[in-house]
Amino acid sequence: MGKKKLSFNDLQNSSTPKKTLGWFFLVVTCIKVLLFPSYRSTDFEVHRNWLAITHSLPLSQWYFDETSPWTLDYPPFFAYFERFLSILAYQVDPQIVHLQEGLNYSSNKVVFFQRATIILSDLSLLYGVYKLTQKLDLRMQKLIWSLVIWSPMLLIVDHVHFQYNGFLIGILLISLSYLEEGRDLLGGFVFAVLLCFKHLFAVAAPVYFIYLLRHYCWGGIVRGFSRLLIMGGLVAAVFASAFGPFFHLGQIQQVIQRLFPFGRGLCHAYWAPNFWVFYIMSDKGLAFILRKLGFNIQIPAASFTAGLVGDASPFAVLPRITPSMTFIMVLLALSPCLFKAWKNPRPQMITRWIAYAYTCGFLFGWHVHEKASLHFVIPLAFVAAQTREDAKHYFLLSIVSCYSLFPLLFEAREYPIKVLLLLLHFILMRSGFSAQFYNRDETRATSGHTKKTVDQFESEGSLSVDVKNNGFVIGLIERIYLAGLVVVEIWGQFLHPLLFGDKLAFMPLMLISVYCALGIMYSWIWQLRSIVKSH
Amino acid sequence: MGKNTKKNTTTYEDVNDNTWFWLIQKGTTTTTFTTITLFALLIRFMVSLYPYSGSGNPPKFGDFEAQRHWMEITINVPIREWYRNGTDNDLSYWGLDYPPLTAYQSFLHGIFLRFFCPHCVSLFDSRGHESYLGKQLMRWTVISSDVLIFFPAVLYFLIVHYKQPSPSRKSDLAWHTTMLLLNPCLILIDHGHFQFNCISLGFTVAAVAAILSGKDLVGSVLYCLALNHKQMSAYFAPAFFSHLLGKCLRRQHPLLEVSKLGLVVLGTFVAVWWPYLYSTNSALEVLSRLAPFERGIFEDYVANFWCATSILIKWKRLFATGPLKLLSFSATIISCFPSMVQQIKSPSNQGFLYGLLNSSLSFYLFSFQVHEKSILLPLLPATLLAMEEPFIFRWFMQFAMLSMFPLMVRDGLIIPYFALFALFFLVLNAPGQQKVRDNNFLSNYLGSTSMHLILCCSLILHIVYLTMQPPKKYPFLFEAMIMNLCFSQFVIVTLGYNIKQWMLNKPEKLEEIEKKLI
Repeated sequence: MGKKKLSFNDLQNSSTPKKTLGWFFLVVTCIKVLLFPSYRSTDFEVHRNWLAITHSLPLSQWYFDETSPWTLDYPPFFAYFERFLSILAYQVDPQIVHLQEGLNYSSNKVVFFQRATIILSDLSLLYGVYKLTQKLDLRMQKLIWSLVIWSPMLLIVDHVHFQYNGFLIGILLISLSYLEEGRDLLGGFVFAVLLCFKHLFAVAAPVYFIYLLRHYCWGGIVRGFSRLLIMGGLVAAVFASAFGPFFHLGQIQQVIQRLFPFGRGLCHAYWAPNFWVFYIMSDKGLAFILRKLGFNIQIPAASFTAGLVGDASPFAVLPRITPSMTFIMVLLALSPCLFKAWKNPRPQMITRWIAYAYTCGFLFGWHVHEKASLHFVIPLAFVAAQTREDAKHYFLLSIVSCYSLFPLLFEAREYPIKVLLLLLHFILMRSGFSAQFYNRDETRATSGHTKKTVDQFESEGSLSVDVKNNGFVIGLIERIYLAGLVVVEIWGQFLHPLLFGDKLAFMPLMLISVYCALGIMYSWIWQLRSIVKSH
Repeated sequence: MGKNTKKNTTTYEDVNDNTWFWLIQKGTTTTTFTTITLFALLIRFMVSLYPYSGSGNPPKFGDFEAQRHWMEITINVPIREWYRNGTDNDLSYWGLDYPPLTAYQSFLHGIFLRFFCPHCVSLFDSRGHESYLGKQLMRWTVISSDVLIFFPAVLYFLIVHYKQPSPSRKSDLAWHTTMLLLNPCLILIDHGHFQFNCISLGFTVAAVAAILSGKDLVGSVLYCLALNHKQMSAYFAPAFFSHLLGKCLRRQHPLLEVSKLGLVVLGTFVAVWWPYLYSTNSALEVLSRLAPFERGIFEDYVANFWCATSILIKWKRLFATGPLKLLSFSATIISCFPSMVQQIKSPSNQGFLYGLLNSSLSFYLFSFQVHEKSILLPLLPATLLAMEEPFIFRWFMQFAMLSMFPLMVRDGLIIPYFALFALFFLVLNAPGQQKVRDNNFLSNYLGSTSMHLILCCSLILHIVYLTMQPPKKYPFLFEAMIMNLCFSQFVIVTLGYNIKQWMLNKPEKLEEIEKKLI
């Protein structure tokens, strides 16, 4: 073979960043298309119903309609977005947007149409990623693209389970990129738009507020006030265009009620891996111990997931949690970050701060969905390759949070797909980070900013891991923890059904929640620590 | 997802420009292969979400039901009755028509299915069984066969093929692995349409690898296994025969070598056919099931000589089956004769691969009873040669896909068809890698304008086939157009590869002369 002259040529290296990014996106688009017939959750019918509501009913009825149990509970911009999609849907098949006849409609047409709208709306993610990575060198860009554009979490949640997270997170990334560029007004504007698409993103609003106040509005009374007015006016205009029509109709209370259903419980049906898992577990543990000691502890009647229904507390020993308590806990957890943002509002740190805010919201929030981990895992990818420590943290976090999504796809058919997606992500990340840090000393091609952070972190010494000069090695504790994930999965999938049969069916899920919550807690502490220590 | 691996020759460009920078620097070959394997697996699992041939289409269903029925028969009926019409085994309903190895494979898979889902394979009751669990288990049998046979065979081939290490090798290897494991045609037929081509093709690849590494006896055994899994593997027989013969003739005791090979082949056949060798009658009974001559020279529309020319010459009307058999047989032999002669004259590893390609192409173009799915057979050696002939390979793959398009439409696999097609081209044209030079010999013959024209035709045919109703008078007009376009391109590809094979001798001689001069 060596004798053969290959018909390869050295020629044009046409790998411009834009082309390469497009290539990354097209590859994953093929995969998304292949996932069309896979399992879809009730969220699919939810969104179909919203198409029908916005198409067949006048605006005044949108937040009142109860034809289907899946009522509209996203802010108005999302409703407008659905209204726009429903025009196309009507062209594809009028039955999709029919309020009654469309119920649980599941022909290929509606499935392919709705799946395709997600793929198309992912273009906002593409643009956000492009803007945020514009200034980086190509090597770093590719690493980040492979983490974000090829994110297994987005594939699982958006393209199998069915949601529009890629679209929404794309808007968040666009806002972050404006802030990083120093175009604060635009950044704030885009964030306000995002809030009117999905209000759950509001957890980061305090950070935005402090940051914009200090970075954009500070400096001189006249200049400061005029800027505050401009920003305030702009945000108010965005909210007015979203909620104005409903305000005019006098329905604002109904809209708010739909958006914030505090009637739901502390935890979602499947417990998101957050702080409250530990709280519930310790309550159970304490009750058990006290009962053994002879105290008379009653078994609570209410469940955590059903929430405020009735007046009974779902906890046996520990005090009961109310939405306002979770709200205060989130703010408390956020305060160090807010303090930092107040003291030194640096654009380079904003991505970390926002990600941290979403982590706090995830850990301590009321009725959190496991899918919300996307809100911080995706933004963190953009700072994941800056230092070795970042990479190690991100490596662990993204694997844990991807794994915590596994219970979403519970059917046998998708089982190999989710496992393979995670495995590929694992390998890709490992080899990507290895190459990234393997070459740092040789090439010295990294940007000055990155270098500074390296020194800063390395001089502090690291938590638990050995920092070698070459390559990417995760520490022993992390390794054991990740190996534990495999054990948890094997237990839940194979050993538990074998040993217990159908008994204690909640056990494997609970185990996943608790085990993943450990990892997310670690990530939260790590982020908190790095934010507190940053200058 | 996968494929963080890949091609580049580090001499030419900044490493940073390569899409696959990380594996080239740090990754080992194991990582590369693992990543691509996992990605290929993922794609297979995703394609298997789509419908299979004849899903929800009673009373005969399709290939899926055939395979399931064979599992049902093999685990419920004694081994001697498998190929015999009886009360328990109605041969007119998807009777076994593949050699015994397929039957054994069905038996193993049947046991697997029975363990998890006894209803899926119970005798008679399970006909047309289409439960969720049954479908998944069936899909997993194909994927596991792929992983257990095709993937290791490809690994074996790559190890043999890329023995000597060199700087550019690792990236080439990654690219080649991807081409072999992400072959869209094979994935669509095996995991979409539902067949077990991965087994016979896997054995063939392993046989090729064994022969390339000089283990001719092992190679013959493996090839016999391929032949005993699907009789279509005979498409490669002339190449194996001529290459091995050519090699033997060059040894010290040609007769001894030939008889050794003969004995090994005979032994393998006896071992596989053992349950049917108790009487001549029973062996003939099996044999007659394997050669369905009564089905005519071609069935649906297939891009071979007989089907393409039947527009002008009505072969089926002009000749009876007997003369047609003879005609097609002699046409096949004549067309693969040059390549055989070349291998007998000067057997070489490279020439062997070309020989495989040329003989399978002649069979596809001229033999009796060819399916559109048989394009997988010539496509396999073309993929093995993808590194040497990237441009013809791409051209060949395009039209192989087009030739299967009507079948894919019938099976409801249009979406994976286009997705895999796109994925194939994306991987082929990954940014930051060297581009295939356009002025190779194929474009010399065709001219780049006419090549673009042909590509346009193919695109238009895709669209027309999907959107337009054929005129009532000619219901198969579009199929015929597609097949004729594919046939013309296959003929050009065949000519090209044959010329290439014969040109192999030249540079070697030149190099020898050069060596002597030095």
